[in-house]
Order: sequence, then C-alpha cells, then structure tokens
Amino acid sequence: MKRKTSRSSGFLPGFGLTMGYTIIYLSLLVLIPLSVLFLKASTMSWDSFIGTILDERVLSSIRVSVVTSFFAACMNAVFGVLVAWVLARYQFVGKRFIDGIVDLPFALPTAVGGIALTSIYAENGWIGQFAAEWGIKIAYTPLGIWVALTFIGLPFVVRTVQPVLQDWDLQMEEAAATLGATRWNTFIRVILPHLLPAVLTGFALAFARALGEYGSVVFISGNMPHKTEIVPLLIMTKLEQFDYAGATAIATVMLIASFVMLLIINYLQWRINKFDAAR
Amino acid sequence: MKHMTESTWIRWLLICLALLFLGLFLILPLVAVFMEAFKQGTEMFVAAIIDEETFAAVKLTLLVALVSVPLNVTFGVAAAWAIAKFSFRGKNVLLTLIDLPFAVSPVIAGLIFVLLFGSQGIAYPWLDAHDIKIIFAVPGIILATTFVTFPFVARELIPIMEAQGKDEEEAAVSLGASGWKTFFRVTLPNVKWGLLYGVILCNARAMGEFGAVSVVSGHIRGMTNTLPLHVEILYNEYQFAAAFSVATLLAALALVTLILKSVIEWKTQRKEELS
Repeated sequence: MKRKTSRSSGFLPGFGLTMGYTIIYLSLLVLIPLSVLFLKASTMSWDSFIGTILDERVLSSIRVSVVTSFFAACMNAVFGVLVAWVLARYQFVGKRFIDGIVDLPFALPTAVGGIALTSIYAENGWIGQFAAEWGIKIAYTPLGIWVALTFIGLPFVVRTVQPVLQDWDLQMEEAAATLGATRWNTFIRVILPHLLPAVLTGFALAFARALGEYGSVVFISGNMPHKTEIVPLLIMTKLEQFDYAGATAIATVMLIASFVMLLIINYLQWRINKFDAAR
Repeated sequence: MKHMTESTWIRWLLICLALLFLGLFLILPLVAVFMEAFKQGTEMFVAAIIDEETFAAVKLTLLVALVSVPLNVTFGVAAAWAIAKFSFRGKNVLLTLIDLPFAVSPVIAGLIFVLLFGSQGIAYPWLDAHDIKIIFAVPGIILATTFVTFPFVARELIPIMEAQGKDEEEAAVSLGASGWKTFFRVTLPNVKWGLLYGVILCNARAMGEFGAVSVVSGHIRGMTNTLPLHVEILYNEYQFAAAFSVATLLAALALVTLILKSVIEWKTQRKEELS
C-alpha cells in the first residue's frame, strides 16, 4: 500500500528500510513505554483514580504548577518579544554574544541552573538580600518557582518571534507611516497583530515546558506541600514512597494535558506556515 | 521617512531593558556557578573535581552519551530519509509522534520505564528470572536519556533534507549509484552541518538530563550517579562549594555547546549568502 505512493513520487531506494526502522524504533522507545502508563492507569478503579486526583495535596500542586507556569510564560512573552525585536532590528556591541547566550537554558543542565538561581535568590544571595530588605522572600516561595520557570522558558518566545521579524516585509510599516500613523500606533496596530501567532506559539511552548519542568525548580522551590510543591515533584515523591498507582494517576492527567498543549502548538505553527505561504 | 523607526533614546531604552533582563536571568546564574565554585579557594575546587566519585560520574555520563547519541543519530537519519525523500499518507501524524518526547515531562519519561521494568513493572518477572537489572542500574539511565533526547537529530535533519529536495539523489541513482553510495556521497555532504548541529544539541541534553535520570537511577554513588545527579547529592549534603565545582564542568559543556552552535549557524549562513 505504501509502495504505490513511493513509486509515484520517485525511484529512490530505501523507503522500506528507513520507514520500517523509524516505526520500530519509535514504537519500542516511545509509543510502547508511553502506552504502559495508560495501561497501568486503566487497571485502577475509576473511584480510586478520581480520588487520587481530587486529593487536596494534588489539587494544590496542580494550582501551583499552572499559576507559576502561566506567569513565567507571560514574562517570557513580553520580554521575549523585546529581546527578539532588539536582536532583529538594532545594531549594538556584543550582539552576536547576546544572540548566542539566549539559548543557554537549552544547553545548561537544569540542575545547574537550579542551584545557581537558588544561590542568587536566597536571602543571603546577590539579589535575594536586596529583596529581603524590602521584606520579599524569593527562594523557597512560589516567586522562586516563577524565577526558575522564566529562566528555562526564556529561549522559546525569542526563537519563534525572531525569524518572523527577520523575514519581515517593511512595506506594511511604510504604508502605515505614510498614512500618518505614529510609530507606537504602527507597532500596536500593524506589527503586533502579525507577530501574534508566533508569540502565542512561543508562549505555549514555554508554558508546556514549564508545566513539566523538574530539575531547575526542586532546588529553589523549597518543596512544601500545598505551598511550593509542583506536579512533577509530587509524582517523584509518590514514586519514592512506592505509591506507583498514585504517581501513575497524576502522570496520566499531566500527560493528557501535555498532548493537548502539543496539538495547540502544532495548530499554531500550521497557522504561521499557512500565513507565510499566503504572502 | 518619518515614523519608520524609533527615536534614538527609545532604541537605547529597549536595548538596555533587554540586556537587563538577559543579564538578570541568564548571565548572573552563569557567573554565580563559577563564583560559588571558587568561593572556598582553588584547592577545594580541585579537590572536588579530582574526587573519585566525580570521576565515576564523569565516566558514566560519557558512557550514557556515547550510547544514546549514536542511537538517536541512526534513527534521525533514517526518519529524515523516509520523511523528506518520499511522500506518504500520515506524514504529519508521524512528525507529531516524533515530537512527543519533547512534550513529556522528564519525570514522566522516567516513570514509564519504572512501570515497565521496575520491581512492580510488567516485564519485571521475566527480567528477574534472567537476572537482568534495568531500573536503578545503567541500562535504565541510558533508556531514559535516549527517550528524552529522541527528537533532536530527526527534527534538525527533516526540514533541511526536505528543503534540499531529491533531484541530486535521483540523478545519482539514475547514473547507477547504489542507495548507500548516494546517501554517503550526495546526501550526507549536503546535510553535514545540520547533522552536527543536531548531534551537539542531543549530546548536551544527554549529558545534562536530570529529571528522567533521577527517577530511574536510584542515586547509587559511584555506580548510577551521572554528573547532574552528583551535583544534586553534593548540594543536598550542604557541600555547596563541591556541588558548584562539579557544576562548572557542566556549565563549561553548555558554553562549548553554545559556541559550536553559533559557529555552525555562522558557517551555514555564510554558505547561503555565497550561493
């Protein structure tokens, strides 16, 4: 059945081999292990599954995770657009260095980022001591989680918005300026609407990554149940107590949420591509 | 033209704001790693680095990367060949499935292998009968790492090979070259920078992965302790200087990764400009 399509599209060899290998490797390493999670969840009774999820501690961790991830993604959306704009439009000394360093959160192991941020934002740290003078605690509070999640989500918005700005057609801006719009008006009415799909994609990527993040958060959060305990950490705690059913139930809900996010992101990227193709 | 650009002071304000944000969230943590490492003197730093357990952790980290990166390179090349050079139904579904591991939380990536091979796992009775240990042992660490780094190479290669089309390969095959020869002599030289780019990112993640590995490793010192896990153990024992000293090794890896990445980007950009 596949052969027909491959023959019609060319005569290159190797489709069967590479496709077969791709499917087998994907199944063995990703699809089968992931389906085991759902299999395990399906052996739980509905009542105990719901009971695990609706537990006070689990609900608190979901709230902490969603709220901190949301505000971290918001921070990244605003400053991501700013950084992308500055990198795409302006010339300044050290620009190449800045452009390279933006990807640091992708390259730096999360545990290293975690302990570094903790040392900076703890009460005796470089920034933490100034915050403490104002009576603000950052490390070991939800604010600390927000800092860590902002750090790991930073490259996403920059790297989705930057290419859009670089391939930008200046005609629309010129037209707006010729028609007498101020620069601010042009930005709000012309530039921002066209950037929006890319910003939303970056936001969704940062949010999805933040929801699942573990390494950078465990050190700075303090891990207090009901207050600074995030969902991945709670799964970890359940596992350490050998509560495999509990861990599985929470992980299943989280995995479904991730799949929904992935579909949204794919849809947004498809929208951007369609928009590019139309131009 | 008036209103086409921002006034100079707004321009500088925006640049300063962006630099302040990046300085606060990126540069400062990086500097902190090195400052904290040398806080108690160079001797403490050297002692932490040449420590036996650190050495074991370095060895394990290298071993894990040495297995998982080639596995994912082989897969990435195969998947890119099938997806970029042929058209078939369900291509978008396959692309989404390849992206899956990026959407899964690292902790869940570890959990699924515990559910499969752990002491309450589905495959455990068989493994136990044959005296094979996967969870709390090196194979589990390799599996979890391979899972989280799964999409890197494929995702770099697929768009590049798609953009290059298949005219050159078809020409080679019609002139009588075998499939393998076509791949090594025509395709590979065309995508070598993209491949290297994927390998570098894949390797950085493989050596630095924390969450997934943490679930499956069991933190046995000198045995199943990778570098990031070793940093965690030292930190939790309040050996902060030692933890940050070991962390400098990983930070150096990150910096090398970023530099190589920039060099490749610069090289491929230049190539595009020349052609």
